[in-house]
Amino acid sequence: MTEPATARVDSLEGDPPLLRVEGLEVEFSTSAGVLRALDGVSFEVRAGETLAILGESGSGKSVTAQAVMALLPQPAGSIVGGRIWYGGRDIAAEPVKQVRKLCATEIAMIFQDPLSSLNPVFRVGDQVAEPFRRRRGMDKRQALGKALELLKRVGIPNAETRIRDYPHQFSGGQRQRIMIAMAIALKPRLLIADEPTTALDVTVQAQIMDLLADLQAETGMGLILISHDLGVVADVAQRAAIMYAGRVVETGSIREIYDHPAHPYPKGLLESIPSEGARGQRLTPISGSPPNLLAVPSGCPFHPRCEFAIDVCRTDVPMLRRPEGWEAGHEAACHRSEEVL
Amino acid sequence: MLGFVARRLLLAVFVLWGAVTVVFVVVRLVPADPALLMAGETATPEQLAALRAEMGLDQPLIAQYLQYVGNTLTGDFGRSYTQFVPAMDLIAQVLPNTALLALLACLLAVGVSFPLGLLAALRVNRFSDRAVTTLSLTTQSLPGFWIGIVLMLVFSRQLGWLPSAGLDSPQSLILPTITLALPFIAILTRMVRSGLIEVMGEGYITTARSKGLSERTVIFPHAIRNALIPVVTLVGLEFGTLLGGAVITETVFSFPGIGRLLVFSIGVRDYATVQACVVVIAVAFVLVNLFVDLLYGFLDPRVRNSR
Repeated sequence: MTEPATARVDSLEGDPPLLRVEGLEVEFSTSAGVLRALDGVSFEVRAGETLAILGESGSGKSVTAQAVMALLPQPAGSIVGGRIWYGGRDIAAEPVKQVRKLCATEIAMIFQDPLSSLNPVFRVGDQVAEPFRRRRGMDKRQALGKALELLKRVGIPNAETRIRDYPHQFSGGQRQRIMIAMAIALKPRLLIADEPTTALDVTVQAQIMDLLADLQAETGMGLILISHDLGVVADVAQRAAIMYAGRVVETGSIREIYDHPAHPYPKGLLESIPSEGARGQRLTPISGSPPNLLAVPSGCPFHPRCEFAIDVCRTDVPMLRRPEGWEAGHEAACHRSEEVL
Repeated sequence: MLGFVARRLLLAVFVLWGAVTVVFVVVRLVPADPALLMAGETATPEQLAALRAEMGLDQPLIAQYLQYVGNTLTGDFGRSYTQFVPAMDLIAQVLPNTALLALLACLLAVGVSFPLGLLAALRVNRFSDRAVTTLSLTTQSLPGFWIGIVLMLVFSRQLGWLPSAGLDSPQSLILPTITLALPFIAILTRMVRSGLIEVMGEGYITTARSKGLSERTVIFPHAIRNALIPVVTLVGLEFGTLLGGAVITETVFSFPGIGRLLVFSIGVRDYATVQACVVVIAVAFVLVNLFVDLLYGFLDPRVRNSR
């Protein structure tokens, strides 16, 4: 899967990206004050490509997805700056109602907890058939036929009878398969998977990732894979954007980032993964905890936890740039990439 | 599903048996001799003994109990000591009135509180929400008898639009219905509101939105089907309670219902009628509960499969 997909990315380099996010800023008004959840997030995804968005909880991964899908909690969350380019339109500037028309037909999404994401009182068949009925105007029989095909495609055993069951009658992995069936129903060109395997058993995680990769190879859709787990996405994604405190701190091909990280935060994340080669050694955790978004540190938001921090890190916000000596397309937001990494 | 129904039915039988037994015990514990009450102070000891034998009061308690349970099963509660007709006949006269009143009050409450609760939930913390919430809190704090008396003073005494007592025409139902419905509307509105607000924050609502459904479709049916589950239970329980007779409202409006019959019978120590009333009320309550349970299973598939 990885080989041909990489080749396709190269061949598509000239095409415009499916989705391009530029300097996206999102704020939430809370009782404790205004919180800046995204502070200038930029990335792009092409057809057939998988982009991993990685980061700790609270780094802004899910908010990014919600902003693209016009799913920000209302009225608390709002886009206050930046652009979201899709199909030649800046959908960040369009009203929610308008953006929702793209949902499911152009951009679809699956979520972390497949049980709470499925409506408990409706049969799964009806839920998978719903996009066909409500968005495509098919009659019930036709739509259920389509739903059955999809349930079979995502690997639900005995789909003919199980189509009449309710979400609570399925296992966690099967529920996520049902969510996937629902998301790909109208053949979207971009699928956003927000922590799709976090709530699942480890053995099931791999099956779901394989399914997503297969479907992507079949349809050529773009895939944004949001995760906090660097291991899960390593084999599936070609590129990664690593987020910290509402910003992208490093972006590039996933191989490059894993082999030569250009920012101390991703480097720390990689060192905290247990590996076969380091058996018996102590893991190196990143000290400290993610910043409070109501009081983000000055300068580089990572500086209080960074072993390499110097004066400039405390005063100046580092911009995303390609450090000298790193590959083209590999960028990091660190003042000291060349010196210390 | 069949197992679910069977289990609920079995439980209902036990609850009814319990209610019937408690009534039997309580009536025997009351320090009064039904035969003496029936025959009056002037009766001779021979007359009393004959009456006791006729009523089965000379039998041992266990025999009386078996006799009583057997009679109850056939709907025979004995004769009213004061009106000299079978107690069941008295109930048969008033129960339809109470049932009609309960039904009207519930319909009115549902009809008013669903739109109000929906409006408030979809406009959380905006003006219409605050207005609805304040109004329902105020109404909830008003006692039922006070509402009844005020309505009667305004619409019967002052304006003369509606009859104040009895049940002589359909118009007689209007004031008691409103009196019963108002406090229920207050509770139900707040419940619809909070239930819907909670459901709107659930993951499956986000999923529905991510499918590009209109906000209208997100609410009907995705949110509403889930928000309705606890509300239906509340309406069912309230209907069951109202079927047992709204004692105060029926008394205020001199409404010929089972609540007023019960209070009256207690006042004149008409034990046969009291027993009959209590058992009928218990049966009604249990049946309504059973129906609500079944409806719950119908509305929430998780209940159907798990219990």
